[in-house]
Amino acid sequence: MCAVCGCSGDGHDNDHDHGHEHGHTHEGHSHPHEHEHAPKGPAEMVVLERRLLDKNDRVAENNRAWLAGREVLALNLMSSPGAGKTTLLVRALGELAGLGLPVSVIEGDQESSLDAQRIEATGTPVVQINTGTGCHLDAEMVRGAFERQKPSFGSVLFIENVGNLVCPALFDLGESARVVLFSVTEGADKPIKYPHMFRRADMVVLTKIDLLPYVDFDEVAALEAVRAARPDAAVVRLSARTGEGMPALLGWIRERFAASRRG
Amino acid sequence: MHELSLTRNVVSIVAERAAGRAVTAVTLRIGRLAGVSVEAVRFCFDVCIQGTSVAGAALVIEEPEGKGECPACGRVVEMDSLLECCSCEKGALLRVVGGEELLVASIEMEVE
Repeated sequence: MCAVCGCSGDGHDNDHDHGHEHGHTHEGHSHPHEHEHAPKGPAEMVVLERRLLDKNDRVAENNRAWLAGREVLALNLMSSPGAGKTTLLVRALGELAGLGLPVSVIEGDQESSLDAQRIEATGTPVVQINTGTGCHLDAEMVRGAFERQKPSFGSVLFIENVGNLVCPALFDLGESARVVLFSVTEGADKPIKYPHMFRRADMVVLTKIDLLPYVDFDEVAALEAVRAARPDAAVVRLSARTGEGMPALLGWIRERFAASRRG
Repeated sequence: MHELSLTRNVVSIVAERAAGRAVTAVTLRIGRLAGVSVEAVRFCFDVCIQGTSVAGAALVIEEPEGKGECPACGRVVEMDSLLECCSCEKGALLRVVGGEELLVASIEMEVE
């Protein structure tokens, strides 16, 4: 058997010269290799076909099941840095508390507990996760946060991801829905430039709309871009400063919350 | 740089399977629409394998093309990027059916 690819070894033409670039061809397919074989004994080739995110996704599924058992609606908030995730949260927390809906927060940042302090000031239970060199939250970090503080039964959990439109997109946390923010001070073409993030968004929040008179932001193009990335995403235009759009966002959250409790 | 944590996953998957045996080659399959930079994975791989049983292993990366299916006409066509529409008259957004692979395909180890 060929040790490189596991083929039968019959009638094929390859030579496993060691210590230099080589390719080999047999049975109608080729293997371009640029690797150096150490001149040691024969090698064994093992097919694994293991997904790189297998472990993360298994932990995420456990998180999802655990949250469902506690009737918690978990929202994964993602955006570029500075799109207004924390400001939106602070405003939403106050309003949800006013509606009698229990809420808790997991804050993800590279460093500091500045955001957690802003959340704490509202009286909402919060766990800060610092990812250090990491650029995104993963399912294991969220599971660890549950150990530090369990979201209460029948509540809404906001998971504020690290500000980054690229990396967090690949990592399932076990959330019920993904909420992606982008602000009118960013380009209207963001959803096209970061399709991995926007194509899985359940809700897209266009933030800082109070700044529209001062910036050249093409709102029609922005909505078209969202539609192109995710045709069935819910969209809310919002200003956390003036409160415009907050009722629409809170309405969506309450609807999702009720739906998740119905199972 | 999610490639760093992905590459750490590669090394842990491979080291676990190799169970102490020296690994001479690792083949990954990273689809062109997976949202992962192959160059960054190569860079991280050289760093992450140091001091592990995977140290010195060659890295081979297969990069399957993106493939999308048109929800309107049913055709399956090649896709270069995630948000592409079909060339049929409906011009619908293609549903990705290939090119999102993110796997350790195989490894090669020294025979004990």
